[in-house]
Amino acid sequence: MSVFADEHEALRESARRFVLAELRPHAREWERARWFPDEVFGRCAEHGFLGLKYPEEYGGQGGDYVHEAVFAEELAHCGSGGLAAGIGAHVNIATPPIFKFGTADQKERYLRPAIAAEKIAALAITEPDAGSDVAGIKTHARRVDGGWVLNGSKMFITNGVRAHFWVTAAKTTGEGGHHGLSFFIVDRQDGVKPSKIEKMGWHAGDTALIALDDVFVPDENLLGGENQGFYLIMANFQWERLVMALGAVGAMQVAYDKTVEFAKQRNAFGRPLTGFQTLRHKLADVATTVHTSRVVTYDALERFVRTEGDAVKEVTMAKLATQRACFDVMDTCLQIHGGAGYMEEYEIERMARDARLGPIGGGTDEIMREILAKVLAL
Amino acid sequence: MATADSVLKPDHGAARKHFIFTDEHEQLRESVRAFAQKELAPHAEEWEETTFPDSVFPRFGELGFLGLDKPEQYGGQGGDYYTALVLAEEMVHARSGGLAMGIAVHTDMAMPPILAFGTEEQKQEWVVPAIKGEKILCLGITEPDAGSDVAGIKTRAVYDEATDEYVINGSKTYITNGHRADVIVLVTKTDPDAGHGGITLFLVPMDTPGVIREKRLEKLGMHASDTALLAFQDVRVPSSAVLGEKGKGFYHISWELQGERLIGAAGCVAGAQNCFDMTLKYANERNAFGRSIGKFQVIRHKFAEMAVKIETARQMVYTTAWRFNNGEYPVREISMAKLYASRIAVEVADECIQIHGGAGYMKEYGVERVWRDLRLNRIGAGTDEIMLEVIGRSYGL
Repeated sequence: MSVFADEHEALRESARRFVLAELRPHAREWERARWFPDEVFGRCAEHGFLGLKYPEEYGGQGGDYVHEAVFAEELAHCGSGGLAAGIGAHVNIATPPIFKFGTADQKERYLRPAIAAEKIAALAITEPDAGSDVAGIKTHARRVDGGWVLNGSKMFITNGVRAHFWVTAAKTTGEGGHHGLSFFIVDRQDGVKPSKIEKMGWHAGDTALIALDDVFVPDENLLGGENQGFYLIMANFQWERLVMALGAVGAMQVAYDKTVEFAKQRNAFGRPLTGFQTLRHKLADVATTVHTSRVVTYDALERFVRTEGDAVKEVTMAKLATQRACFDVMDTCLQIHGGAGYMEEYEIERMARDARLGPIGGGTDEIMREILAKVLAL
Repeated sequence: MATADSVLKPDHGAARKHFIFTDEHEQLRESVRAFAQKELAPHAEEWEETTFPDSVFPRFGELGFLGLDKPEQYGGQGGDYYTALVLAEEMVHARSGGLAMGIAVHTDMAMPPILAFGTEEQKQEWVVPAIKGEKILCLGITEPDAGSDVAGIKTRAVYDEATDEYVINGSKTYITNGHRADVIVLVTKTDPDAGHGGITLFLVPMDTPGVIREKRLEKLGMHASDTALLAFQDVRVPSSAVLGEKGKGFYHISWELQGERLIGAAGCVAGAQNCFDMTLKYANERNAFGRSIGKFQVIRHKFAEMAVKIETARQMVYTTAWRFNNGEYPVREISMAKLYASRIAVEVADECIQIHGGAGYMKEYGVERVWRDLRLNRIGAGTDEIMLEVIGRSYGL
């Protein structure tokens, strides 16, 4: 039985139509500009795409995680990893903790405007010296009258430059670590200084290094319990990783379709490329990888939904399996394109650059294996 | 058996000298490296945005680096093939794949066929100034509809008896140095019905009327090099512009490709080694979970795997170069070295990105650029698939 009901398939169609009509045509331009306009969030909001899984009382669509999953997969059709990541960071990474751990007041002040695209959100956990090792976070929050003062720096933050607020992890005890982290909703202010970072791919996206310099956060912006930050991180990771798997499945499908089309019309030695056995076999392997990735991901999604987020093993496996698979698929598709594959014009090189983040972001492949080793009690 | 005196310890710091290189080669290596680090690398970032300036060629010429293995009578240094190999390896220290490629196209792709098949006049006209860096060379094989299938090219050269000229029409793409070159070694068809026997090379000055430098092509990597789409519209050249024998162009080019592939393979090994070295440094400095990441077994084994791949590729390249330098024409082994070296170089660069984690994805650390630059080697100068064809067919299959 499929995890997708008719209503989800209906959403898939409208999401695909939106992505192809409003995002896809601008992909190249925004990649070159190294930025997509903030108005994209507004267009998404008009169609309800920023609140698919959130309740109607906050302006959401009242749907479920499966609706969100459909949108995540369809976003891959926009052809720009950075664009998909920017929207994805807003709906799937930065706002879920507010929905899950926020007070009614915090939801009113941050979730509602985020769903309406009045505010753009970012999640800030990673630091220059703490990536995979989350317990190594050094940004600290000092108790002051009426709130906290944050100092430190955050790295590789998607939407980090354009955000109106940053859901930020900081140490609230001297030693930090697993039992000493808390989250704060940090508003735009002078002490928050983001700067843009240039990357291998995701060019249309906004990735920032952020300096936090005596940033005041009022008591009412502590998100979740004091020193409970690690649970928030863990809760969020599952969904983020599942979304990455879904995005990879979507992107692989796009690459496969594009490459088959190319291979059928490109001739060499008097026949189309698909007339060569080795290239046919390569494409057969790619199709198999797309299918197995899809099946593993949908299975993890179904378990995630059924267990209300408790499917660490399958989600981790889906993330591990699909991110490397996606990059390998892109690399094979690039190779099949030959010289054209190396050229910007054919866009397959961009898809490869964008896909390379997968085995690193959201927890590296090595971290996925560490988690699995623990889950499997090895 | 073992006494205190006979206990030998491995010397990992040894020079690891290879038998094909003499002290002179090592001195050359030092000087190319110093030049690359001092005069080229500081501009690497800038040239990624702007492409490298033409003035690099006369500077190379001044130092004698454009003619290391070329005859002294044309201004070369008269060195052996290994000197060209040394240049290809040490250019990695310029930290710009695009620059290394622009130079290699000049010295190891376009120049050899002129020296091997050209007339004395052609050598004087083009090779002498090219070795000085006063003229820049490029090579035109690939077309929009013919890449791997060289015999499938459509650029036509038609003989006009009345003027003793050839009239050339067609287009070429992915041409390195195409925008800056003074002359192109152009692969054409003079007899479309003769298959491999109908292909002829020409030396076409790029300022000849009808030669159109179309757009600059944007690429995955090699951003410092210029890559052109060229059009040839009723371009007239005298019959003296034929390079080598009429109808023998396919074989001339097949010969040229061998030297190019081996040089490319050497560049891949050097690129992989350099990426390995910078990542080793990073792994020693970067801490996670309370220790340097290189101390994790999984990361240590990644380095071990990479080291084995690089060493294997290096030995393949050096041994094949030794045979090539001895006058053999080891096409099968050159294809093997080219295939293997370019594959492992890309694998190593990818693993280095992974070891760098988030930093690997960032421009600042330079590893992602190494991958983007090296990735071309599995496509250019004959794709992996073409190498496999050549190797497979060499067994009569």
